[in-house]
Amino acid sequence: MSDAPVLRMESVRKTFGGSVVLRDVGLEVAPHTVTALIGASGSGKSTLLRCANLLEEIDDGAIWLDGEEITDPRVDQDAVRRRIGVVFQAYNLFPHMTVLDNITLAPRRVHGVARAEAEQRAHELLERLGLGGRAGEYPDRLSGGQQQRVAIVRALAVRPRLLLLDEITAALDPELVGEVLAVVRDLKDDGMTMVLATHEMGFARDVADQVCFLDSGVVLERGTAEQVFGDPQQERTRQFLRRIVDAGRL
Amino acid sequence: MTVTEEESGEEPGKDPGRDGGHGDAYVPSQRRLERERYKRARARRATAIAAASTLVTGVVLYLIVVNAPGWPRTKETFFNWQYAREAFPKVLEGLWLNVRLLLICGAAVLVLGMLIAIARTLRGPVFFPLRVLAAAYTDFFRGLPLIINLMIVVLGVPALRLQGVTVDPVLLGGTALTLTYSAYVAEVFRAGIESVHPSQRAAARSLGLTNRQALRHVVLPQAVRRQVPPLLNDLVSLQKDTGLVSIGGAVDAVRAADIIVGRSLNYTPYIVAGLVFVALTIPMTRFTDWVTARMDRRRAQGGSI
Repeated sequence: MSDAPVLRMESVRKTFGGSVVLRDVGLEVAPHTVTALIGASGSGKSTLLRCANLLEEIDDGAIWLDGEEITDPRVDQDAVRRRIGVVFQAYNLFPHMTVLDNITLAPRRVHGVARAEAEQRAHELLERLGLGGRAGEYPDRLSGGQQQRVAIVRALAVRPRLLLLDEITAALDPELVGEVLAVVRDLKDDGMTMVLATHEMGFARDVADQVCFLDSGVVLERGTAEQVFGDPQQERTRQFLRRIVDAGRL
Repeated sequence: MTVTEEESGEEPGKDPGRDGGHGDAYVPSQRRLERERYKRARARRATAIAAASTLVTGVVLYLIVVNAPGWPRTKETFFNWQYAREAFPKVLEGLWLNVRLLLICGAAVLVLGMLIAIARTLRGPVFFPLRVLAAAYTDFFRGLPLIINLMIVVLGVPALRLQGVTVDPVLLGGTALTLTYSAYVAEVFRAGIESVHPSQRAAARSLGLTNRQALRHVVLPQAVRRQVPPLLNDLVSLQKDTGLVSIGGAVDAVRAADIIVGRSLNYTPYIVAGLVFVALTIPMTRFTDWVTARMDRRRAQGGSI
């Protein structure tokens, strides 16, 4: 964990119209670690991820990926995005393409990988995530859990340096959540660097090396899972966790 | 859902006694038989009412027309069998021109309309003039009445006596049609592009696709699929508007009828030309309906297109 951070954010500020979503966010993500972002809805978790992938332009502060400042306006944004994979809450699969085409689009068009090679890697990944035989299907023929696993494969197909997971189980039926979380656990074992926004506190506690509690646009508390869940220092964190426990979610 | 559909997939009311192949010795209950008897009776009653209502409406309309004071004369000038027979082959011959115009203009309209729509959605300061030009084009040609556009192009361009520019009324008429219709079709495409949810573009960009790649591989294919019904609708409209090239003197179906009318002072050929156009558009409208229904069904099944 002493390596140079893959992702670093400093004093990031982001507003939408008049409302401040990120006030002053700092974050460091070491290689091969999992960072879980927790906090109430609207606390800025998703916005933080979208800013890290340059889908949103930040108002102030700076973000570094592998030591390169990616918020510099002179930087090639497409090149930055190629190094970061994103999985969205609503899957965002391309409905007019088969599973295989969804996965091979970016490797072929962006990275110039030959079709046969791209398809072979896609089949390997599908097989690994328990989706062998689904390559020819269209997304609307799959269950939510299957679609989300395809979305994960699609993000992995370009061999990203960093994977951002934006509440990837929030749209799933409870019995499908497990299959997706199992995939994330596997990826952690493979050493993938990940940042995930989540409401699954039990999962965050199990899998995260670092937990960040976001509240009104700042990282109010940060530490290992044991620290944040076991011995929270801030009153707001304790309140949040108490509500989660009361709701039976931890 | 009735019991029948659930159990055997048969149409309701059709042979409810046998659910062959299931082997579960199912015997429909009295309640079900009674229900289906009632439904059959209700369907028969509905058919009878529809038939009676149609008949009455038809008779009333017929009596109104036939008893109109000018009917005998109107019948002679608009529905003369002899002139109809004379006009029909000539009109058909002219119609071939309309069909060719439809095919060529239709293709040109789709290409031009797509280019204009893309021009309107381009970002970046370099494309500013292109965006403005495309917006001005659609505003102008959607507002300009087609008939005036045709007169300007078909009659005005030859009057300039430009070297090397055609004076052929068919080519000029086709050009005018293409100008107007590509403005409409561009708006259809643009609506389609904007109807694709931003999250699709976000997903494409997050994979590292450039703006142009995202447009080409993700946004446009979905936009075009969604807009097939309105596009076909515009093509049906173009099909009948090809009849307007006759104002420049091109001998299409309308002009062919016109020639006979001028000679005989009998309007029956217009009726013939009108019916021929209707006959030509009906298959296309039905096709449009069919495509629309099929897409609605797919959407209803929970799939997006």
